[in-house]
Amino acid sequence: MKLSGAQILLECLRQEGVTHIFGYPGGSVLPIYDAIFDCHDIKHILVRHEQGAAHMADGFARSTGKVGVCLATSGPGATNLVTGIATAYMDSIPMVAITGQVRTTAIGKDAFQEADITGITMPITKHNFLVKRVEDLANALAEAFHIARTGRPGPVLVDIPLDVSKNLIEFDVKADYPSLISIPSYRPAGPSGRVPELQIRKAAQLIAEAERPVLYVGGGAVASGAQAEVTALAEKTNILVTTTLLGKGSLDETHPLSIGMLGMHGTAYANHAVNQSDLLIAVGARFDDRVTGNVDKFATGAKVIHIDIDPAEIGKVIQPDVPIVGDVKAILTELLKLVAPRPASDWNDQIMEWKRRFPLIYPDDGQLYAEHAIEKLSALFDHDCIMATDVGQHQMWAAQYFKCRRTRQWITSGGLGTMGFGLPAAIGAAFANPDKRVVCLSGDGSFQMMTQELMTATVYGLPVIALIVNNKSLGMVRQWQEMFYEERYSQVDLQASPDFVKLVEAYGGVGFRARTPDELDEVLQKAKAITDRPVVIDCLIPTSENVYPMIPSGQTVDEMLVKTDLEAAKASVHADGEEWSFSAEEAVLSHYVEAVNAAQQEKAQ
Amino acid sequence: MTNSIMAQLQQEHTITVLVENHPGVLARVAGLFARRGYNIESLAVSVTDRPEVSRMTIVVGGDLRVLEQITKQLNKLVEVLKVVDYSETAAVERELALIKVNSEAKDRAEIMQIVEIFRARIIDMSDKTFIIEVTGSTDKLDKITGLLSGYGIRELVRTGIIAMARGSKTASRAGRDAAE
Repeated sequence: MKLSGAQILLECLRQEGVTHIFGYPGGSVLPIYDAIFDCHDIKHILVRHEQGAAHMADGFARSTGKVGVCLATSGPGATNLVTGIATAYMDSIPMVAITGQVRTTAIGKDAFQEADITGITMPITKHNFLVKRVEDLANALAEAFHIARTGRPGPVLVDIPLDVSKNLIEFDVKADYPSLISIPSYRPAGPSGRVPELQIRKAAQLIAEAERPVLYVGGGAVASGAQAEVTALAEKTNILVTTTLLGKGSLDETHPLSIGMLGMHGTAYANHAVNQSDLLIAVGARFDDRVTGNVDKFATGAKVIHIDIDPAEIGKVIQPDVPIVGDVKAILTELLKLVAPRPASDWNDQIMEWKRRFPLIYPDDGQLYAEHAIEKLSALFDHDCIMATDVGQHQMWAAQYFKCRRTRQWITSGGLGTMGFGLPAAIGAAFANPDKRVVCLSGDGSFQMMTQELMTATVYGLPVIALIVNNKSLGMVRQWQEMFYEERYSQVDLQASPDFVKLVEAYGGVGFRARTPDELDEVLQKAKAITDRPVVIDCLIPTSENVYPMIPSGQTVDEMLVKTDLEAAKASVHADGEEWSFSAEEAVLSHYVEAVNAAQQEKAQ
Repeated sequence: MTNSIMAQLQQEHTITVLVENHPGVLARVAGLFARRGYNIESLAVSVTDRPEVSRMTIVVGGDLRVLEQITKQLNKLVEVLKVVDYSETAAVERELALIKVNSEAKDRAEIMQIVEIFRARIIDMSDKTFIIEVTGSTDKLDKITGLLSGYGIRELVRTGIIAMARGSKTASRAGRDAAE
């Protein structure tokens, strides 16, 4: 049968098991949209901005592990995808972005709505294709999906000129769609490949010899589906597990061996543990600067085992003692056979002692804080909801306080740190998980970057709950200006924002506002009962709150004292002359602890 | 760190990259070097004995760790078939230069002598200039260029280094094996 390029595209997507396309039409994709008109098995989601489409495909992929698909027209449509593609690239998320292109004869002539999108996305895609002949389309798509989902996953872009999607060729999907892809120059490690036994034996040996080991688990464990293996390894060896922002859920965060996230805004105990460890077992993690701070001072006493599917990550930042390249799940499975059981040791006790000394705690003074919102939201759905976040202070609070029970429950832009990611990503996840409630934790800054996608949620009847922790400022930037720029608050004031309650109502959803923890309880119950449209909860929180897990429960530290103390802490940080390091953080920590102790003593007297 | 060790670490490396002969592949390789902050000292691209494979010879500056990262990052590009580093291998390296030099009557004999000593060739001649073709190592080309500069070089073009391992070892054979 003769099919057009557009029809072939849909046939290929069907072969790949695609159920949802997030897209927006335009001139160069008219033939594709004409084919979509007749297509009833693949659902096309009409977004309100192409960036939203890319983030939705991303949220879809993160919450399922499947390849997310987005579609946009040439020129501005394609460039609007760029931030979404870069977000997926930085976090190794499988995605296929399909863009229209001007007709082949017009390419390079500065035609209307022409943009060299393969050129533009070269550094932010795993690979990309400009398909110049309809005969090459099926192959390009098959390779695109193969590349996106294998090895270290990532986004792949397929650029299809107008005439390529219009042209007709004889096409039989069964015969003409390649079922087995073999790209001679692309041979990633996979779950079924050989594992490097010698290296794994060396790793087991190091684990046996270590006195102060820590497991440092990243997004690679999520991509590989290795939650069971991470859990088994931790339990067999009694090694405590810290995760990166993207590794959250690799071990149930309510598990006694979980010590939460590490890094810049990680728990103090995880950071102490890593810093004083003698063996760091990095599992699908890449020693990002937000994790290590000053690399020269990072875990200086530790030997390093680095497990990663991407050979280029080995030695990029830290030279490991035992590098192991391959699929995390396959390697951990082998490693589990070789490690001997270890009892919990003094080292475990030491970390627990740090946990007691520097707990994650926030004031209980009747005021509403972001931490309340996160804990209440999580509890509302028995900790089984999917949590998407935006980027900023709220994201870090969520990373600290949202306890993931499993992987793919936590959706956040880590590497690129894309404000505006949360709402569309939550919508994408909601399409993929109709049986789960999806919540989006956002800030008043981030939320205003993708607000228009509320309309998409309304149109498709998705009960996404967006909870805005509203501090009327760009909190994270404000915090840095407070600590490192002498409180010169430059362009962070967001007092002038829309009324979020009215805004969501204008989009056909429901809005609530909460000023106190009690009010929040009340509106959360109401929000839970709404199951056919988006809900926005505007939570008013104090502007001056910083991300630090320092203030003991029940103690309302005099604000002046904290501020004065912060000054001293800042001075010590400045004296160090570093942007951020563990020593700087420790200085801040110890100042807080001293201040709190002083306040307690004062109270007791 | 002593200067000699520094010098050893900050050396130039010649690598050969076999790539699929697709449009845009040069941009991918060049773009990778640019965005990761690696320096290309020289780059030569050509076809190979197989029309579907192109061969790039790249001279890069950096220490061994940088070289390792470059190799790994290049290998991640989907269209890269193979990366061969010639730092540790006995290899032949050659470069070709065309030099248009002033040739006033009084200098001609001298210039022709230089050409002979360097086993170069005069491939074009006008009443005022020679074009000299010379092949050899970078060092040799630098030397003859230096000597000729006294007469006034009007134009200079060099191909960039191409390299091949000595003996029966081949880069392209390995590339072929990977392709098969």
